Amino acid sequence: MENTLRCDPYNLIISGVGGQGNVLASRVIGDMMIYQGYKVTIGETFGASQRGGSVMSHLRISNRGGFSPQMPKGTAHMVVALEPMEAIRVLAAYGNPEVHVLCNTRPIQSVGVICGEQIYPEKKQIVQWFESLSEDAKFFDTTKEALNLGNPVFGNIMAVGALSSTGDLPMSLKVFEQVILKKIPADKVAINLKAYKIGKNLISDK
Amino acid sequence: MLSILLENKNGFEALLMGNDAISRGALEAGVNVVTGYPGTPSSEIVEQLAKVAGERNLYVEWSVNEKVALEVAAAGSYANLKSMCVMKQVGVNVAADSLLHIAEYGTRGALVLVSCEDPGALSSTNEGDSRPYAKMMEFPLLEPGDFQEAKDMAKWAFELSSDIRNIVMLRSVTRLSHASGNVVMGELPKDIPEAIFEFSGTPMDQMKGPVLAFPTLVDPLRRRQLEKLSKAVAAFEESVFNTYVGPQKPELLIITSSVCQLYAREALTILDLWDRVGLLKLGTTWPLPPRLLEQHLSACEKIFIVEEGTPFLEDNIKVLAAEKAKQVGIKIFFGRKDGTLPPVNELNPDLLIKGINNIMGTSFQPVSDDYSEKAAEITAAVALNRELTFCPGCPHRASFWLIHTVLKLDNRAGFLCGDIGCYGLGAGPCGFSTIKILQAMGSGIGMASGFGKLDMFGMSQPVMAVCGDSTFFHAVMPALVNAVHNQSDMILVVLDNSGTAMTGFQPHPGSPASATGSKLPILDIEKLCCAMDIRVEVSDPFDLKATRQILLDLLEDGGNPRVLILKQPCALSPIRKGRKMYEMAIDANRCLLDHCGCNRLCTRVFKCPGLIWDTQKNKIQIDEVLCAGCGVCANICPTGAITAERDR
Repeated sequence: MENTLRCDPYNLIISGVGGQGNVLASRVIGDMMIYQGYKVTIGETFGASQRGGSVMSHLRISNRGGFSPQMPKGTAHMVVALEPMEAIRVLAAYGNPEVHVLCNTRPIQSVGVICGEQIYPEKKQIVQWFESLSEDAKFFDTTKEALNLGNPVFGNIMAVGALSSTGDLPMSLKVFEQVILKKIPADKVAINLKAYKIGKNLISDK
Repeated sequence: MLSILLENKNGFEALLMGNDAISRGALEAGVNVVTGYPGTPSSEIVEQLAKVAGERNLYVEWSVNEKVALEVAAAGSYANLKSMCVMKQVGVNVAADSLLHIAEYGTRGALVLVSCEDPGALSSTNEGDSRPYAKMMEFPLLEPGDFQEAKDMAKWAFELSSDIRNIVMLRSVTRLSHASGNVVMGELPKDIPEAIFEFSGTPMDQMKGPVLAFPTLVDPLRRRQLEKLSKAVAAFEESVFNTYVGPQKPELLIITSSVCQLYAREALTILDLWDRVGLLKLGTTWPLPPRLLEQHLSACEKIFIVEEGTPFLEDNIKVLAAEKAKQVGIKIFFGRKDGTLPPVNELNPDLLIKGINNIMGTSFQPVSDDYSEKAAEITAAVALNRELTFCPGCPHRASFWLIHTVLKLDNRAGFLCGDIGCYGLGAGPCGFSTIKILQAMGSGIGMASGFGKLDMFGMSQPVMAVCGDSTFFHAVMPALVNAVHNQSDMILVVLDNSGTAMTGFQPHPGSPASATGSKLPILDIEKLCCAMDIRVEVSDPFDLKATRQILLDLLEDGGNPRVLILKQPCALSPIRKGRKMYEMAIDANRCLLDHCGCNRLCTRVFKCPGLIWDTQKNKIQIDEVLCAGCGVCANICPTGAITAERDR
């Protein structure tokens, strides 16, 4: 193996809202790890979530395997959030003082907010919460970058790219390419590679 | 792209979802006939096998309901083929009558029933536990504990069924079916079977006689059935899917099955208790292998039984311990019944840690009190729940708006009986809380049929029921026949959105295609209802004005059952291809905002996610990305401030 894991098991949560491509992002990371010989468990919450609900994937990456698809509370090492409030929700349950966060800053309003019954917290407030619940939080606007590519859904692959730049997991561009070649239609490979590279640079630029 | 299920390299390791692992196991066993009715978390199994039906020479069918699905699969078995029938937990109730008789007679080719269950009701209206069926109807039950086992045990279920010549049930749960992990693949077989139903032998000749359940045959059939069960027990005593890890004489023995074993393993690792606590993981949970259990029960006084659903393992192990009391001695049991684990809802590693701590006196604190307090404060401050709602452009929003408003206008305390599908959300705010009764598939119309007969006791409330198109075929038809024959005073509204939308647009008898995409004749709901010789109306729910008039008229026209079919494809349906019917806009000059008196009917009450109330700028906006262009909100606004232009 070209690299080792920052922790074993490495507990990763990917969170977002139905339709953001959470599930594909977690499967791509899982496939990349299995391709390199690791044991992976992914627990996913879907079902009614395609109707605008919260979606959360738990990834347990290890050399040993046999881990639960639900990780114990307070034990996440990394939270990759496609939506800021979803990150807060996850941190409150699975966070700890050492957890790291990568977060897309673009909110997705809930129905309560849209119809004027609830107020979405201000960005300053959200950043403050991140600081008090994590060791390190990095922000990016993958939605904006993905819209430049033509579809907000590429935000999920950008977030995978961003995760690769942390060095927590062995995630080379080559392995990513190998994995998506088997996963998505041939005409979508180039644009996903581009999204991955953009995501990778979103973090290292800062 | 080639389906991962077709990977032909023996020993190939891949990330598979639990449901895909079950599908792969069935393929490795050489399955021929696959049937099912969609239901989360089971649907992917039939869907994925349908995709490889051509390559693997399978007959795959989405059946009209679970009972018929089981009968179609049984036909495969009686014709010497290998069959699998897949459903969610509630489906087993639907199939139960046939299940009892199939289990009594036995099978020829292998027959495997897969039930994917939903502890915690993550996407169900219940926490149904189908395991007791195995005991009640006397057939073997297998429960895989991880992804590799999901594949391996699915394959073994076929072998066991062939060996004992009876149906075998494989039970999965959401946290296995919808989770993923490493699976090492085996070989795909090449044999091509031949289907024939033999009936030349005597009724007790299981392989060559007619398949009959006669009163005079019940005694010998039941004796034969119990012999099959004994044969299964003998196999279970030696099964590699029953494993023990831990010391020879543990202080505590955990007995568990299914994905709960992963929670238990995780808890024991975190608490560092592997040298003090033993873990007996059972893959074969009915009948229990008595020798194996006797051996482990003898080694330890304290027994902690970890399972989701009803206390099925717990009760059965207690019976076994009582039968073997002389050999195993007196035991202290912990589990769901004594409160060591909560009596309802799904389990997780945290609940296991808590339970073990209570028994062993150990402790574990993942984060400091300080951090927990901060997290709790922030959660309390946020409480931004993502309430479930109909999608933008969903025809159900318009349908419930209509039913809600006509029942209010009618003013006789009329009510709506609901059913199972996306439209169950009609009981919540997005459906204007119109549904007042919501239970099982087909039960809304059955109950409406009952309410509609209560006028002799002075009941004068108008009664309506809704069902979807897939549900109509599944369980509504017999209830409608009942309402028609008994002349019940009620209105059935069929919300026909052209597919089994909630579970991913699986076809049903009203669809033009099969599970594998081949062309099939459509059964027309309107014609079927008309054949019952009752008043049948058809309308477009997006046409609020016309549909409202029909509904009001139907309410007036009481005394008999009436049917209204509201036709409009689901907003997410592939047949829509994401096209907008209208380009929506807000005419700011017409919107009177707080001065209107409508009290923000559009965003406060109608609440389509495509409409935004901007609290800061104090104005209504259309969300260009979310708006599906159905045009309905243009007819909701009393001042006509929402405009709809026919899209090019």
